[in-house]
Amino acid sequence: MKRKGLAWFLIGLLVTVTVAVVVSRFASNEPDGLEYVAEREGFSEGAAEHPLAETPLAGYGENLPDEGFSIGIAGLVGVLAALGLAFGLFWIIRAPGSDRDGPPE
Amino acid sequence: MHIPDGVIGPGVSAGASVVAAGGFAVAVTKARRYLTDRLVPMAALVTAFVFAAQMINFPVLPGMSGHLLGGVLAAVLVGPWVGFLVLSIVLIIQALLFADGGLSALGLNIVNMALIGAVGGYLVYRAGFKLAGSRTSRVPAVAAAAAFLTVPMAALGFVVEFMLGGTISSLSVGAILVAMVSTHLLIGIGEGVITFFVIGAVLKARSDLVYGAPTFAGRRTEELSP
Repeated sequence: MKRKGLAWFLIGLLVTVTVAVVVSRFASNEPDGLEYVAEREGFSEGAAEHPLAETPLAGYGENLPDEGFSIGIAGLVGVLAALGLAFGLFWIIRAPGSDRDGPPE
Repeated sequence: MHIPDGVIGPGVSAGASVVAAGGFAVAVTKARRYLTDRLVPMAALVTAFVFAAQMINFPVLPGMSGHLLGGVLAAVLVGPWVGFLVLSIVLIIQALLFADGGLSALGLNIVNMALIGAVGGYLVYRAGFKLAGSRTSRVPAVAAAAAFLTVPMAALGFVVEFMLGGTISSLSVGAILVAMVSTHLLIGIGEGVITFFVIGAVLKARSDLVYGAPTFAGRRTEELSP
């Protein structure tokens, strides 16, 4: 990545972390579309408990002690996990020889 | 919330997992053709952003919220097949780290959001973009319209899965169809607005990195140009 590319990446990452850590605190707690319909139409009764429901980050930090901070912690962990997993996968499968024949930055 | 375990029976869930795995294999093959070194950080950033944005539930109706799906957002930024992988990675992390979306239901969620949302959404975007005259200035608006449509499209995916394998067979599929499509049309408005502004901002800053724009400076898979 050239300098321009790096600056751009860091700005994008800052926006992403802000959304996950700060904006997430102000997100609505109402059920989303699927959950709303599931409860109203009755198919939520078929839902099984998630096998990982007791893990620390389940429900985006519901099992952590403090709800105010926990969603931000969950958001930060999720962003880093998404970034790491995606970077790893995409780096492994990237186009062969692409470092040479890509267009100039 | 994504589809939890137990709502769709094991047969249809397994079938969806096979489709999702097939989609993953196709996506890796297609992505290899155009995912150049300089697009890797962009694709990883888009994955993190879609995860973050999906955390933000916005109010839609009294007692109901919605959140970004991100299929068209990802597909227009990094292409339909990398977009498929972006959504799949987000869904895997949500299911494994945050208990959001069932484990046996992962294939169902990938079919609805990665396959219908990103790949299907990109096909809608591409058709709309041609209709709109293929001008770069129209990319955000066409992406917003396609994004709006993918939310009820993904909801329809769930309705079909429920029709084929819903575990509570006494329920009316017609009522679920009406409820899912009508609520997700409303949520789609939010999807369109977010997609419009994010695509618009990235296009302004780095139009060379937006796969779905004519200004894109990298390779594309032949059959899926904008």
